[in-house]
Amino acid sequence: MRISLKIWRQDGPTDEGRMVDYQLDDVSEDSSFLEMLDLLNEQLIAREEEPVAFDSDCREGICGMCGVVINGQAHGPERTTTCQLHMRSFDDGDEIIIEPWRADPFPVIKDLCVDRSSFDRIIQAGGFISANTGSAPDAHATPVPKEDADRAFMAAECIGCGACVAACPNAAGMLFMGAKVTHLGELPQGQPEREARVLAMTEQHDLEGFGGCTNLGECTRACPKGIPLNVISQLNADYRHAGYGGRG
Amino acid sequence: MTETVNSPDLIDGVYREGAPITDTKAPAGDISGKWTTRKFEAALVNPANRRKLSVIIVGTGLAGASAGATLGEAGYQVKSFCYQDSPRRAHSIAAQGGINAAKNYKGDGDSVHRLFYDTVKGGDYRSRETNVYRLAEVSADIIDQCVAQGVPFAREYGGLLDNRSFGGVQVSRTFYARGQTGQQLLIGAYQALERQIAAGTVEMYARHEMLELVVVDGKARGIIARDMVTGEIETHLADAVVLASGGYGNVFFLSTNAMGCNVTASWRAHRKGAYFGNPCYTQIHPTCIPQTGEHQSKLTLMSESLRNDGRIWVPKNSEDCDKNPREIAEEDRDYYLERIYPGFGNLVPRDIASRQAKNMCDEGRGVGPAVDGVRRGVYLDFGDAIERLGEEAVRSKYGNLFDMYAQITGENPYEVPMRIYPAVHYTMGGLWVDYDLQSSIPGLFVTGEANFSDHGANRLGASALMQGLADGYFVLPNTIRDYLAKGPFTKIAEDDPAVAEARESVEGRVARLMSINGTRTVDSYHKALGKIMWEKCGMERTEEGLREAIEEIRALRADFWTNVRVLGSAEGLNQSLEKAGRVADFLELGELMCIDALHRRESCGGHFRAESQTEDGEALRHDDEYAYVAAWEWGGDDGAPVLHKEDLVYDFIELKQRSYK
Ligand SMILES: Cc1cc2nc3c(=O)[nH]c(=O)nc-3n(C[C@H](O)[C@H](O)[C@H](O)COP(=O)(O)OP(=O)(O)OC[C@H]3O[C@@H](n4cnc5c(N)ncnc54)[C@H](O)[C@@H]3O)c2cc1C
Ligand code: SF4
Ligand code: FES
Repeated sequence: MRISLKIWRQDGPTDEGRMVDYQLDDVSEDSSFLEMLDLLNEQLIAREEEPVAFDSDCREGICGMCGVVINGQAHGPERTTTCQLHMRSFDDGDEIIIEPWRADPFPVIKDLCVDRSSFDRIIQAGGFISANTGSAPDAHATPVPKEDADRAFMAAECIGCGACVAACPNAAGMLFMGAKVTHLGELPQGQPEREARVLAMTEQHDLEGFGGCTNLGECTRACPKGIPLNVISQLNADYRHAGYGGRG
Repeated sequence: MTETVNSPDLIDGVYREGAPITDTKAPAGDISGKWTTRKFEAALVNPANRRKLSVIIVGTGLAGASAGATLGEAGYQVKSFCYQDSPRRAHSIAAQGGINAAKNYKGDGDSVHRLFYDTVKGGDYRSRETNVYRLAEVSADIIDQCVAQGVPFAREYGGLLDNRSFGGVQVSRTFYARGQTGQQLLIGAYQALERQIAAGTVEMYARHEMLELVVVDGKARGIIARDMVTGEIETHLADAVVLASGGYGNVFFLSTNAMGCNVTASWRAHRKGAYFGNPCYTQIHPTCIPQTGEHQSKLTLMSESLRNDGRIWVPKNSEDCDKNPREIAEEDRDYYLERIYPGFGNLVPRDIASRQAKNMCDEGRGVGPAVDGVRRGVYLDFGDAIERLGEEAVRSKYGNLFDMYAQITGENPYEVPMRIYPAVHYTMGGLWVDYDLQSSIPGLFVTGEANFSDHGANRLGASALMQGLADGYFVLPNTIRDYLAKGPFTKIAEDDPAVAEARESVEGRVARLMSINGTRTVDSYHKALGKIMWEKCGMERTEEGLREAIEEIRALRADFWTNVRVLGSAEGLNQSLEKAGRVADFLELGELMCIDALHRRESCGGHFRAESQTEDGEALRHDDEYAYVAAWEWGGDDGAPVLHKEDLVYDFIELKQRSYK
């Protein structure tokens, strides 16, 4: 396939950045989107031009490291990660515009790489169950209804890629946060810290500069793991409960 | 190593032999009491003193994150490093199938001893008995710990945990979270680590790459790392260093490993004196999605839990290979694993499943697109399972794997059988450690896939996750304590000659890579190395092939250092520079792997030496000659590596030749 690319190039965090045009001629339909970028980079290096920086690691849709905006959509036209998007989703002769995630809490480091450490800080605020090593009771001591376990699992599938934030006009991190709150809140082990967790995480979310949720649903449409919007309802419900009725 | 090529005093022209070594840390007594004894004998550190003791941990996978969280919790000062942007992205996240534990929740006769036995046998009697026993012993605690952290393992309707049988094992001892067990376990460990970061006991350095080990007075005392965002070369000093930096399967370029997996941390330590154990032991995984062409950057594994219900076959006649598989009649299909190994069928160990798939394809009965003129694929067929269990049941068990397959290949596996082919997946070799997980450099500990000890020549499914967490949550915190108890250690100045030397060597190397300004890309070297390794040091090896490979790698390495092209600047994010450093180390490791494979003239586990096979083509081990760990010492830039043998003594398990017929 022949593909025209417009790619955001930015030398560093303080550089202004610009769109640059590239042309690729021999792209296999079977290659992944990132393999297409590999091919571009090999050609750029051959021409002594600096390759395009982009993040990826597992290339299997599970580590959450990859992620760019493709033709205006986070992770591109299919509901999957950038690394699992394949060129067969495009047509011969297409023009593809590639930009980094755009959101203040995700500053650009270089080209298509952004800094998502704000997500880690939200987890630090309370996205865990305090269980010291070696003191756990037998795993069968606490049965968990299968439905709860399944729902916890579904929420725990969030890969922390940040597409929800990039897709949201308000740059809210609520889907990401709602996923964690739902994962831990569905399990008996997560109850003791349930209220403190939601308050602390929400506070950190706001401190990092993420916006508020106005229920547009762009996040869930962009989410490669299909995290549903109702995790945000759970987040809100827990928050209200913690704020008013709970220990606050 | 170049000048010594044909020196007469070298064995096989490539290595020397040094003094034998032994593990001196495992206590005497019955195997079931050793770990209790060791924990008791290991010195304690008073909680007030822990704050004064510092540990560097390189790696935040299951092994590193669990160790970081546990040591942080105990009160030590921990600095944790990873090359990704967040510790949550470590490669452990990709593990699909499950984690073993001797819980015997199914009441099917499982026990610590049976898990121990299966693991030693599965590793073809090339792992260390004492370490494996301990692994089986702490396995049950791992599940308890993870459940307490909120890891959402699969459950039955009654609310209890579910188990399955996995990868050639006849009891159901594998815990799983759909096909995303590694992800869920890692998120659990990552959250525990983040909790300690918030508590201030762990300091996290993401997007940092360790490029050198600092050794002062013979002890590991720190690392030199590059901040991958600013390019700054930083010195980090501590009382002990833990490498939990994962495996080196990416030496093959095409593998199921994440793109960034590398050997640099281990290799730099090796060059500073840490022995490298059994480098040639690579695991090839039988159920990967076949390669489609030259553009490919990695291979994707599908959990081998698929082998529980899928049946593996190829057409009996090569003329049928390009037919629609649904139109090939039952009697024209060769369910070769069920035919050759009726007792185990599709559940034979990985190396057998892999090698037989390759044999079928080499015979010209492979299916799918041809790459370099050979069709490299066999069918993994769920037709029968769908008929027997219904599509819904199959979907609920394997749905995400089927989706993944459809996404990558564009085919619907509910209608057409999947195609699979073996791929490099895991490395059993790694830095040599004793029972305490300490390397041959005092103060340098090695955990998880980065060490060599527990899997022998072949790793059973679902046991790497178990090992990573066993090491990090339960073993290391007890053994490193014994070492740290000897502290406080003298403070090292940043301008100590040993520190300065380590730092200068990193700076010099970066400067050198940036200044070569040749014509070839880093990736092209990596691919060339990968081809040599896969063809000549992969699933099947021969004396002749290995000798050729050594020469080819030497030539490639020489070319790399004169002709590689790294553009951009060293001050800032530079992914070509990162890759160049990793490939440079792979180019040295690749040669050592071939030397190790050359010297081991037996077939063993996942390592099939063509000259050593039985009359019917099965792997033939030579316990009389090779029942040892090959621990290699760095011989210097111009010297040959030195082989130290650690005899493997089986006191509690009888050594048996394998038979799966
Ligand atoms: C696709 C796949 C599926 C698998 N499925 C299973 C399974 O079902 N069951 C099972 O038991 N095992 C499975 N395995 C194997 C298992 O996942 C790994 O062996 C295990 O997770 C390794 O864990 P680790 O903590 O040792 O290393 P990793 O998880 O690889 O972590 C390595 C860490 O080291 C860091 N690092 C590396 N080098 C440096 C450096 N120089 N500087 C700084 N940081 C560095 C990385 O950033 C990372 O944090 C699978 C493996 C693969 C590839
Ligand atoms: S909720 Fe979805 S889009 Fe957001 S970080 Fe998690 S996986 Fe990515
Ligand atoms: S590279 Fe890991 S999810 Fe895309």
